Amino acid sequence: MDAVELARAQFAFTIGFHILWPTLSIGLAWFCTLLSFLWWRTGKPVYHDLLRFWMRLFALSFGMGVITGIVLSYEIGTNWAGFSRSVSNVLGPMFMYETLTAFFLEAGFIGIMLFGEGRVSKGMHLFSCLMVSSGALFSATWIIAANSWMQTPAGAVADADGIFHVTDWWQAIFTASFPYRLAHMVCASFLTGAFVVAGVSAFHIWRRQHLVASRAAFSMAMWLALVLAPTQIALGDLHGRNTLEHQPVKLAAMEGLWDTTRGPAMTVIAWPDMAEQKNLYALDIPHLASLYLTHSWDGEVAGLKTVPPADQPNVPVVFFAFRIMVGIGLALLATAVTGLVLRLRGRLFHARWFHLLAMGTTPLGFLGVLAGWTVTEAGRQPWIIYGHLRTAEAVAPVTAGAVTTSLLIFFAVYNLLLLSFLWFAGRTALKGPADTSLPTRERPGLDRTNVGLSAASATASASFSSSSPAAGTLEQAGA
Amino acid sequence: MIELMQGPHVPLVFAAVAAFCVTVYVLADGLDLGVGILFLAAPRDADRDAMMASIEPVWDANETWLVMGGTLLIAAFPAGYYVLLPAFYLPIMFMLFALIFRGIAFEFRLQATRFRFLWDIAFFAGSLLATLCQGLILGGLIGGVPMQDGMFSGGPFSFFSLLGLLCGVGLVGGYALIGAGWLIWKTVGATQVFAREIAHAALILTAVMMALVSLWSAITVPEVAARWFALPNLLMLAPVPLATLAILAAIWRGIWDGAEPRTFVLSLVVFALGLVGLVVSLWPYVVPRHVTVWDGAADPQTLAFIAVGLAIILPVVLAYQAHAYWVFRGKAAPHAGYGGETAPHGGYGGRAAPHGGHGGKAVPHGGYGGEAAGSAHP
Ligand code: HDD
Ligand code: HEM
Ligand code: HEM
Repeated sequence: MDAVELARAQFAFTIGFHILWPTLSIGLAWFCTLLSFLWWRTGKPVYHDLLRFWMRLFALSFGMGVITGIVLSYEIGTNWAGFSRSVSNVLGPMFMYETLTAFFLEAGFIGIMLFGEGRVSKGMHLFSCLMVSSGALFSATWIIAANSWMQTPAGAVADADGIFHVTDWWQAIFTASFPYRLAHMVCASFLTGAFVVAGVSAFHIWRRQHLVASRAAFSMAMWLALVLAPTQIALGDLHGRNTLEHQPVKLAAMEGLWDTTRGPAMTVIAWPDMAEQKNLYALDIPHLASLYLTHSWDGEVAGLKTVPPADQPNVPVVFFAFRIMVGIGLALLATAVTGLVLRLRGRLFHARWFHLLAMGTTPLGFLGVLAGWTVTEAGRQPWIIYGHLRTAEAVAPVTAGAVTTSLLIFFAVYNLLLLSFLWFAGRTALKGPADTSLPTRERPGLDRTNVGLSAASATASASFSSSSPAAGTLEQAGA
Repeated sequence: MIELMQGPHVPLVFAAVAAFCVTVYVLADGLDLGVGILFLAAPRDADRDAMMASIEPVWDANETWLVMGGTLLIAAFPAGYYVLLPAFYLPIMFMLFALIFRGIAFEFRLQATRFRFLWDIAFFAGSLLATLCQGLILGGLIGGVPMQDGMFSGGPFSFFSLLGLLCGVGLVGGYALIGAGWLIWKTVGATQVFAREIAHAALILTAVMMALVSLWSAITVPEVAARWFALPNLLMLAPVPLATLAILAAIWRGIWDGAEPRTFVLSLVVFALGLVGLVVSLWPYVVPRHVTVWDGAADPQTLAFIAVGLAIILPVVLAYQAHAYWVFRGKAAPHAGYGGETAPHGGYGGRAAPHGGHGGKAVPHGGYGGEAAGSAHP
């Protein structure tokens, strides 16, 4: 691999690793805010138990986001010096504002959110949660604005040296693809968070432990999923039509469409062959793509061949990543709808196969996010600033050997980081929330958590939660 | 606003803000890197517990200033960013690895029982490596980087110089001094005695290396020598080294019997003076002897845009952090029976949670575990 490819591999690896954590922390921050709100409004202990539990997981993922984000903010310079030179007048402030907002919320409210609960009033806690979750959103907004400017640049002009100067900040921030990308990404974070909550709660329901808290969380997560999954698909559709308008070549790669066609078919699956410039083994549904892309039977859609092969992105990568993302979107929708059917039949908490299924969906949101960004980023190639600057010109004057070294070490260190996260977060997640409310739902006998209840309740009715071995150690460790 | 950003004084203001961020970073992270450097030298495990507890509330926020410095550089002085970062590719990458590694060690050590010593070593090694890398960067900066056609034009190892190594060792001594001063202030008993003892060694190392670095850069970098030894300068600048000497002597005399915060505060002053010396040597360049702050500054409309955010957010952040240090101003108490997983993320609690209830003593995370127990066993 040459220096450009190595730099791309390193950037893709480190940013793909980074994006997992903001996705999770945006989702969980808002879930905690919701819980804090419910605790403030209703005072029910179950919300308090859940809040504590999910805040711990949020804290871990937030920490990971910060550590991996620091690396990115330096890589833009170390590996993409040509890029920084060309665009720092435009993107520098956006990066700076991302850090400032993250900095601001960290320094300010996250401590009160995580450790102040019990010391500050419920209202103040809710306010801190709200500040932290909005801060995470603002952070994402800035970085998405930067990325969207790279996709659909506006509000700036390049001089003879190829250096961009901003003419209009408003236009540079609110570019054509920005609202779609932001909405789609934020919704993806919520959706991923919802399925993480669903999966972890399903695990405890399946194990018949911490039932009151886990059922409450599972129910909330399935309601959220039911709203978010179709929203995400609708946003994806809008996003795609925006791409059709502004980055037609990327869209053609997503669809696997080589020739400009009236009323194009939808290619369900195929092998796009770049050498032959056509699809092999294609399974097509006539006119369908025309329907969802142009909303008409015979709309015209430009194909990949409108640009020479050298200007085409890697079509198979974009094509398959897109199918993975859409497949995951449909799978999550199907899960949410199944949950609704079970709920209407009163079986949401009892269909054990569904709890296993829900556990299986937990990683899907993350995979969807990675697939989606692959579509976005790989589909933009060979441009780094769409239509203006080629990726090959953006690279830093750093040797392949140096990049190989750092790439290998990143690989080792990040795997260690991931393992330690899974270890800590896994232990916390498997231990489950404390369950301090009395079981009010049906079939309490099934709840392992409450096995010791009859004996314990004679002395202290509120201490039953520690009769589960797991919860017991948790409480004692803290004592 | 944009008109405001066009005068020749404007880059100066941003340079001052950037210098300020770097200073805050060096002073703040210096103290916890310093504690890491001293980590293995401490005689007992209990000392190490106390040392970690003392930096737990602050280390994480300290590192955020590093990000602030980086993003401020790309926004306000892009030339510095895209020339210097590739020039120092390897030391920057290794510094980042070391900081990550150190962060993991921090979290793991508290939970580990059997392999604790491994995490001790990792924490020490991460701190040391990060410091050495910073020294190499500093030395390379004083020596200057090769540049052609607006881009860095050297190889992967052109950052390397003897001067950089000297700077690295000097920083190790200096951070160790700050760390020891912090420990004298923040700990009690045997740990504090250890800190006082090691402070002497750190002070000697710092003083010797400061002298060597000054000498060696005067010999090998003629531009620096010209800056310091030309005539009016020599007189005007003389107070900097003289004050440094005086303060080093004051530290030496106060280690055992001065007020507890004295060593810490004075070592910060020494560092600040060192940075003043650095600015004198390098002024007015962003990329030494190639790009000045005026040539390297971003467009006026870009500067105008970031000025708004900086003016609003920086003071607030500073106030918060000062407040966090104030809240944890007492002695640090090592956790008795740290509740492992009940308090998952050390750093954040300390940073902003005003643990008012603890009467000024820094007791990182009493909160979580204690409360969980409270609600479960009323
Ligand atoms: C600054 C804005 C920015 C943002 C927010 C992202 N990227 Fe990106 N990405 C770049 C800026 C960039 C880049 C610096 O512009 C790269 C390097 C080379 C290139 O073509 O674009 C790039 C390349 C790049 C590649 C390699 C593409 C190829 O080789 O064809 C992948 C797979 C990703 N990114 C993945 C992601 C993921 C998973 C992201 C989710 C967070 C993401 N990017 C956000
Ligand atoms: C080039 C791309 C990126 C860079 C340079 C970058 C940089 C950073 C940095 C430096 C931090 C830590 C800030 C701190 O010290 O607190 C951070 C955190 C964060 N980033 Fe990124 N980031 C990038 C991509 C993204 C993307 C694509 C998103 C979301 C869509 C995102 C969302 C966040 C959020 C929400 C945080 C706050 C911490 C957290 O919640 O985990 N970032 N990022
Ligand atoms: C049927 C459902 C979906 C459709 C039609 C859809 C459509 C799209 C399109 C067209 C893009 C590329 C935009 C571009 O850059 O040109 C995209 C990007 C993306 N998608 Fe999806 N998507 C769907 C489901 C999902 C799901 C379920 C997730 C994650 C949970 C997801 C996460 C993302 C992300 C993170 C990006 C990259 C950021 C962006 O450009 O917005 N998508 N999606």
